Amino acid sequence: MQKLWATIIKDIKILLRDGVGLLLMFVMPIILVIVVTNIQNSTFQAVNKTRLPLLVCNKDTGKSSKQLIEAIDKLGLLKVSQLPKNATTTEIGDAMKDKDAQLAILVPANFSANTQAKAKNASNKALKSFGLQGDSVKNVAIKAESLTLYFNPVIQESLRFSVQGALQSALQLVESRQTLRTLYFAINEKELPSSLESEMLSSQTTLNSVPVLKDGSRAVPNASQHNVPAWTIFAMFFVIMSLSGSVVREKVNGSFIRLKTLPTNYMVGLLSKQITYLFVTLLQASVIFSIGIWLFPIIGIPALNLPSDLTALFFVTLVTGWCAVTYSIAVGVFAQTQEQANGFGAVSIVILSAVGGLMVPSFAMQGSIKTTSNFSPLHWSLEAYYDLFLRGGNLSDVVSNIIPLLIITLILQLVIFLGLKRKNLI
Amino acid sequence: MGLSEPLAVDIANMGFRYPGNDVVSFSQFDLQIPKGERFGLFGPNGAGKTTLMSLMTGLLTVAEGSIKILGHDAQSKTVRKSFGFVPQDFSFYQELSPVENLHFFGAWAGLSKKKIIHRTDELLEILGLTEVRDKQVNKFSGGMKRRVNLAIGVIHEPELLFLDEPTVGVDVQTRHAIINYLMELNKAGTTLVYTSHQLSEAEGLCEQVALMEAGKICAQGDLDDLFKEHNSTSLEELFLDLTGKDYRD
Repeated sequence: MQKLWATIIKDIKILLRDGVGLLLMFVMPIILVIVVTNIQNSTFQAVNKTRLPLLVCNKDTGKSSKQLIEAIDKLGLLKVSQLPKNATTTEIGDAMKDKDAQLAILVPANFSANTQAKAKNASNKALKSFGLQGDSVKNVAIKAESLTLYFNPVIQESLRFSVQGALQSALQLVESRQTLRTLYFAINEKELPSSLESEMLSSQTTLNSVPVLKDGSRAVPNASQHNVPAWTIFAMFFVIMSLSGSVVREKVNGSFIRLKTLPTNYMVGLLSKQITYLFVTLLQASVIFSIGIWLFPIIGIPALNLPSDLTALFFVTLVTGWCAVTYSIAVGVFAQTQEQANGFGAVSIVILSAVGGLMVPSFAMQGSIKTTSNFSPLHWSLEAYYDLFLRGGNLSDVVSNIIPLLIITLILQLVIFLGLKRKNLI
Repeated sequence: MGLSEPLAVDIANMGFRYPGNDVVSFSQFDLQIPKGERFGLFGPNGAGKTTLMSLMTGLLTVAEGSIKILGHDAQSKTVRKSFGFVPQDFSFYQELSPVENLHFFGAWAGLSKKKIIHRTDELLEILGLTEVRDKQVNKFSGGMKRRVNLAIGVIHEPELLFLDEPTVGVDVQTRHAIINYLMELNKAGTTLVYTSHQLSEAEGLCEQVALMEAGKICAQGDLDDLFKEHNSTSLEELFLDLTGKDYRD
């Protein structure tokens, strides 16, 4: 016990004197979690609370295009600005740059005429199906000229699809209104009353979004609930930048030779490193969670709400920390130089994060990548944290994620042991 | 030396080669070093001195034959309490102070807390490190680091001390202090097994020497007897006479 204690003291002192290591383990992840959460929160607000600018070049002079623009404006998603009707494609592009607009639409000159013709066609078909005589106008296939949506290539595909869907629904509304009016007039030979029109077009069933949580509550998750757990895991695994380097340094700087000639097994040294750095990972998690709880509201980011089952939270954090420490030591055992350990360590953590769903959600992954994510310890940690932070789960809910994480950790421990044996270090 | 008293080092019919290397480092190698001696191992670069040190300290394992240290197999854990090793490289934590290094290595050597504190103070005093006892070693001069390296090797008062070039790169004062301390240790009963390229220094320190060449001992014995036998007046002259003047690396 005295040997282990002396080794822990030694490791703590070396750690406290490694300014760069501390910076990488504490300051960088804290900055990362604040910046990423802030950005995601701003993006969320930009999409949900701020209207995206949309430039409209309306070459049509009819009513339908005006109704379309009004309908788009009423969506609440887009802030419409009109461009001159004779604007060319180049001028539309220039205007997008000048006005910092990501999107623009071009309404063709015959939009209203086409909409009316389509409505007439549809009305005639309807009347015929009722057994009534429609207008004598011959039914012809109408080739409506498309509306064109211009977009800045940097805009996220998902956002573009959202806007496209919204525009499509506005278009549908205008066309439906025209068809309804035409049909009503054909039957009643008078205009459709506006009150009836709005009742018929507006009485759509609304869609409520309700989060489903395991504890039965209906709390809506925010950017902090998503980001803080994810980047805490990333930070814990980033101990590799200090720990793997420390193992390599010990191997190459000669102290290892001396340790091997002393009557103490090097496993004591490894146990000490595991205890010391496990404490570091727990401290990292505590600091980042505290920042989420107390600092975020002060700087305008939604506060982090801790899960109700704190025992489960501690358990998940402990196993995640142990896995991170074990992985770091394994890299240190096999690396020949500190540069190798740092380079491989940093890149591998980024890859494991990406595969593990920290950057793109695992549910959005397909095929082999989705299968690969099962081999990333960060995936299991993230799922466990999400069970607690987002789904309102408890200890029994995270066991299915903790078991694979423990298996990966134990395999890595075995790899460390075999690596040290093979290198004749124990 | 009594009949039943084991030798400090007893190497018999030892064979060794590095894995993946066709060249045999040692074959049917024998060496006996009685307790209490100041024994010097010399030879040109590549002669096998450091490899032999690694084999004797259990860092490498023999392929054939045996190495007994103080009557125990060199690989056994029990013997590690009884010998000390001062490697050529600085083998300690540069981020720590001399005190912190000695406390850590003392614990790993199996000393009690009380003994560690006592030996730390004693060694820092003897080796002139008391004033810098709490400063980080990475700010020290080469000579001071050599003294820390030596202090760690002897913290547990070993019966047998292996020293691989303990004075390389130090000034005259530090070398003098280190050699004097080694003489003191030997007087107190510690067996010294020492390698160095500083032949004049070795001449003053060693009673018995072995000259090595390509993994073999080409001369061994009392230094004065060897001088007479080979008609040499210094260890350097004897060294060049037996190992030649060609470059070895």
